[in-house]
Amino acid sequence: MKNLERHTLSVLVENAAGVLSQVSRLFSRKGYNIESLAVGTTDDPTVSRITIEVLGDNAMIEQLMNQLRKLFPVYSVQRLSPEKSIRRELVLIKVKAPTPDVRNEIVQIANIFRASIIDVSLFSLTLALIGDEGKDDAMQKLLASFGILELVRTGMIALERGRDTINDDNKEKAEFNYGKNVL
Amino acid sequence: MIMKSTQALMECLLEQGVDTVFGYPGGTILNIYDEFERNGYGKKIRHILTTHEQGASHAADGYARATGKVGVCFATSGTGATNLTTGIATAYMDSSPVVFITVNVAEPLVGKDSFQEVDITGITMPITKGNYLVRDASQLVDILREAFAIARSGRPGPVLIDILKNVTYADVGYTPLPVSEHASHGRLAALLHRASHDLKTPEPDHSDIQVLLDMIEHAERPLVLVGGGVIRSRGAVPEFRKFIETLGAPVTSTIMGGGACPGNHPLFTGMIGMHGSHASNLATAECDLLIAVGCRFSDRVTCDPTTFAGQAEIVQIDIDRAEIDKNVKTDHHIVGDARRVLELLNECLKPHDYPAWKEWVFSHTEPPLPHSPDKLAPDEILEAIQAATGGDAIIATDVGQHQMWAAQYYHFSRPGQLITSGGFGTMGFGLGAAMGAKVGVPEKPVVLCTGDGCFRMNCHELSTLEYYGIPVVVVVFNNRTLGMVRQWQTLIYDKRYAQTTLDRGPDFVKLVEAYGLEGARASNREAFEEALRRGLSCGKTFVIDCTIDTDAMVHPMVFGGKPITNFLLD
Repeated sequence: MKNLERHTLSVLVENAAGVLSQVSRLFSRKGYNIESLAVGTTDDPTVSRITIEVLGDNAMIEQLMNQLRKLFPVYSVQRLSPEKSIRRELVLIKVKAPTPDVRNEIVQIANIFRASIIDVSLFSLTLALIGDEGKDDAMQKLLASFGILELVRTGMIALERGRDTINDDNKEKAEFNYGKNVL
Repeated sequence: MIMKSTQALMECLLEQGVDTVFGYPGGTILNIYDEFERNGYGKKIRHILTTHEQGASHAADGYARATGKVGVCFATSGTGATNLTTGIATAYMDSSPVVFITVNVAEPLVGKDSFQEVDITGITMPITKGNYLVRDASQLVDILREAFAIARSGRPGPVLIDILKNVTYADVGYTPLPVSEHASHGRLAALLHRASHDLKTPEPDHSDIQVLLDMIEHAERPLVLVGGGVIRSRGAVPEFRKFIETLGAPVTSTIMGGGACPGNHPLFTGMIGMHGSHASNLATAECDLLIAVGCRFSDRVTCDPTTFAGQAEIVQIDIDRAEIDKNVKTDHHIVGDARRVLELLNECLKPHDYPAWKEWVFSHTEPPLPHSPDKLAPDEILEAIQAATGGDAIIATDVGQHQMWAAQYYHFSRPGQLITSGGFGTMGFGLGAAMGAKVGVPEKPVVLCTGDGCFRMNCHELSTLEYYGIPVVVVVFNNRTLGMVRQWQTLIYDKRYAQTTLDRGPDFVKLVEAYGLEGARASNREAFEEALRRGLSCGKTFVIDCTIDTDAMVHPMVFGGKPITNFLLD
């Protein structure tokens, strides 16, 4: 088995029907399993940003980025290296909390992790946590002993650190645009 | 001005210079077909009604390959659209510019599994360069203009436009706009703007060109490998010939590159790959610099990508960045249009000569094929076609042994002369494609080389050829078997011929007569030459049923996945 690492790709696409399936199809075609996928509009409502996390080696990811850039609805593709980017995910966890003692204990754990309590009932608490996978996993493990009723993740989103953005021009980008030039 | 959307569609086709459409009508696309009669567009655009949508798709593809223009194909919803898919995939794999127009059910019926409804944009997503579902009539004109631009630009490819039926009876505003101005209007302008500012005239990186020129100065045994990219970039062929003549190095070709280098050129080593010549494959293994122009290193070319050109620095020139390093790891690449890259190279390239290297390469020749008096040998057939047409004919092929023989023994000398399904290997491609080529280039003779298996697949298009009086000489390499598969069974499966023997009808000559055409049988060179003379002069489609030895094989052969010099068959 090849040495597979987790890679984060950020993709700017036209905000239109069918574009998400076009992008995700490329991953399944190559047999890559998407670890996480998050999509939403950007500051420009006609443009969506897809953040995809996938396991693969360097050559596989290169090829995938090349193929992504060929799609006409794709404006830009960027690989975000872990050291030069910030990654966050929102997790909602519904935990069993049948007694006041248990509720107190869970609230304390939530405080330590800076998670917020977003729903309370006599039998359950729902927590919202923002973090990277290390933090999410740590809290999830702690809460498991109380009994997790439901858990949902948004998928990881990420941005490059500093002032650089996905829109910066470079030789690589020019080369890729050549592939879809229109006269 | 305000007009019916279908009329605007016809105006858009005329804007693009479309003179021929291949297609097949049906319930949902009736409004578009009605324009041929209602507003007389049938007088400006010739519609060729094929026997099957697949034939139409191959014909539009063959038309595009032969002319270099965008082919156009119509089909109705559901089965009409799905029958196109093989043709679309064929065009996609060989980067052929075709615009497919289908009409889907009306908006209220979409997504309800209505009669003849299918999600054809979903189905064709992996086999089109781009596709569109038109729900809003006001976007139709803009989408048509964008679709044609996408099909023919950059690395060309098929585009599908699926229009909802309700859109085809809406009124739209249409303002005529010459093609040269499309890029500055509407969706196309937006696309160009966001992708890059100078997208219209992208320039290859000049320092990349210089790197290659330096590599050439240091090389002792360079080899040029030409692929379909040089054929698709039409202005590239003269630049390519200037390049190879200045460089003076041996030149090999993929099947899709056929015609870039004249087949009888003293530098030409023949085809490379699984059925490549000894000279080509051995030169690839021995060269120290491989310059690949417009070639994607398919598995049929490299056989084993890890050992391919193992001693060489590999330089890849391609318009599509996604092809760089996809199949073979390269040492240097230049992204750009083949014509422009070669032009820049030619500006600075000094003349070279490699006498010792060339002598070694061209010392490898092919052993002659076995000949017998009562059967036709494949090379005899192609030599006869070559002689009878002065090497000027367009050769269309199907897929299999006859395809390899055509590529090996016919000397192609111009782009668009070899019409073959190289990437997708579509059996049944040939007859439709030959039809499209003849319609697009009526002044050249068109000869289809096909096998008995392939011909049987789509021979119903004979009725189209007969009805429209389109003359194609069909040469059936009849070995009463699926020859290429049988060859594998002989060499690899201990002669267990599972389901490849085609000892069955019909009698092709009688079949052709039933279609109102003529044919002849030939089992020796004399009879074949006579039949060919009749075929080329009769002004109608003519079928020659050639008796080939069932065990005739394509020589040489390298087993897929093995190094390119491991000849399984010499």
